[in-house]
Amino acid sequence: MKNKGLTKVDLIFETVDVRKVIKKAFEMTSDEIIQQVLESGLKGRGGAGFPTGLKWKYTAAEKDPEKYIVCNADEGEPGTFKDREILDKVAPKVYAGMAIAGKAMGAKKGFIYLRGEYRFLLPQLYVELHKFHKMIAEIGYDFSIEYRMGSGAYICGEESALFESIEGRRGEPRNKPPYPTTSGLFSKPTSINNVETLVTAMMIIEKGPLEYVKLGTKDSRGSKVFSISGDTPLPGIFELELGMTVQQFVNEFGDGDAKAVQVGGASGFCVPRKKFADTIIGFEGVPTGGSMKLFNSSRSMYNVLHNYLDFFAEESCGQCTPCRVGCQQLLKGIEKVKKGEAKSTYLNELIKLADTMKVASKCGLGQSVGNAFKSIVENFREEVIY
Amino acid sequence: MYQTGNLVKDLAEKHGRKRESLMPILQDIVKKHNYLTDDVMVAVATELDISAAEVYGTASFYTFLDTEERGRNVIRVCKTITCSMKGKNDIISTIEDMLKIRVGETTPDKMFTLLETNCIGWCHKAPAILINDMPYTDLTQETVIDVIKGYMR
Ligand SMILES: Cc1cc2nc3c(=O)[nH]c(=O)nc-3n(C[C@H](O)[C@H](O)[C@H](O)COP(=O)(O)O)c2cc1C
Ligand code: SF4
Ligand code: FES
Repeated sequence: MKNKGLTKVDLIFETVDVRKVIKKAFEMTSDEIIQQVLESGLKGRGGAGFPTGLKWKYTAAEKDPEKYIVCNADEGEPGTFKDREILDKVAPKVYAGMAIAGKAMGAKKGFIYLRGEYRFLLPQLYVELHKFHKMIAEIGYDFSIEYRMGSGAYICGEESALFESIEGRRGEPRNKPPYPTTSGLFSKPTSINNVETLVTAMMIIEKGPLEYVKLGTKDSRGSKVFSISGDTPLPGIFELELGMTVQQFVNEFGDGDAKAVQVGGASGFCVPRKKFADTIIGFEGVPTGGSMKLFNSSRSMYNVLHNYLDFFAEESCGQCTPCRVGCQQLLKGIEKVKKGEAKSTYLNELIKLADTMKVASKCGLGQSVGNAFKSIVENFREEVIY
Repeated sequence: MYQTGNLVKDLAEKHGRKRESLMPILQDIVKKHNYLTDDVMVAVATELDISAAEVYGTASFYTFLDTEERGRNVIRVCKTITCSMKGKNDIISTIEDMLKIRVGETTPDKMFTLLETNCIGWCHKAPAILINDMPYTDLTQETVIDVIKGYMR
């Protein structure tokens, strides 16, 4: 496969005439909007990567007159901070994306679930929201948005836990199926999308899908906003075309001494230096919600892994045993190996446990703990042991 | 301990008395008083006509809905990996020395509580902390002292 290199893009933060885009969308039929999003190949930007057009199509197909558009602004994945920047800089585009989604699916009500850590943004966001509601009324369309706040629980970024939280309960994930598209918020058909996904969809309507598919690769269309941190001279938020290798990324953002890049946050994968050149950042390689953490040779990968496992042990909702007990056992396990209280071969047992968690856990949290665990233990075994 | 007066009633008027009103009500109480007392949770339960156990069970799930006494200003220091790599321990020890409390504790005058928290979304400007709702980033041992002094009056 040909790699496309590293191209900076300005789609998400570009200034556009929001009113014009909304008007354009409102002149299209529901099918036309969904068709354009489908043709763009857009996949969810929140991490899981489900095709956005399909999600919209399924929700649109539901007959219930009451449906919801939910914007996921919980952004709890360690190393992710782009949704805050998007809301801070271009909130009207987020609102417009929700209205367009509402039109496409026949929903009149939207909720934005904003993490409690971003509460300081609210006053400004309400000012923009007020203007937006006025504009929508002028255009003559019925769609309104409300904010709901999180209160410091990573698991509430998981879609069904997020619904539970809005409904006023503990943020414990639900069983699936039913999927949100049939039974989501208040048990009504719901399309839940990440902040960036909604803005991207809105820009696809603005530019047309043909323009959008010029960017990216077959499996990873378009561009993506990356949150870059760790050992880098350029920490920050960058919008880049998809399809680059980790090597190309490191050439641009590394400090010259990068030994590993954690792609996708604590629930993502660790890519070691020897795999930089042939690992593509995207759905054909390592998928990411945008979190890119660079580690140079001064860092202990044991400490990195320990920090992640500590995070998961704290943030597991505790509802199912494989995840609740598994997270704690993995954490205790690497501590024992480090202290020499368990043999290094014990790590193999722990890898089996991580595999079990992947199949036996109820939600994406427990299912993805093994990603970082395995990719760090397998690639940096010595550092974990000694 | 704090007296709530009409607070719970007023918040129920504002947010409604449905189950989904629970989080916004609890969040507003915490915004004002920084933690939830047993009394206030019972008052909320009565107002929404649900059991106090339901209110407690929900509140206790959420890190920011504290059910233990907290000071007027809650300092949360990010302990996730990037902040940890960029000097979070120095920030904590500076605050501990300054306020004469350890992580998890509240000053005797109830002005400050010091806690750790998970990634607050400012990793590119690590180390980062939250004081109540406000983030402070790119901190050094010097700047964090100034930041906290700003809350001392
Ligand atoms: C533990 C966990 C945390 C999650 N946190 C977030 C989050 O903070 N933001 C987000 O957009 N998606 C998050 N997701 C993914 C959501 O469940 C859901 O897939 C996403 O919001 C769908 O939007 P998208 O298709 O636009 O990506 C999380 C998933 C899991 C399992
Ligand atoms: S996998 Fe973990 S976070 Fe998910 S439901 Fe089970 S215990 Fe809760
Ligand atoms: S690791 Fe501290 S803000 Fe993200």
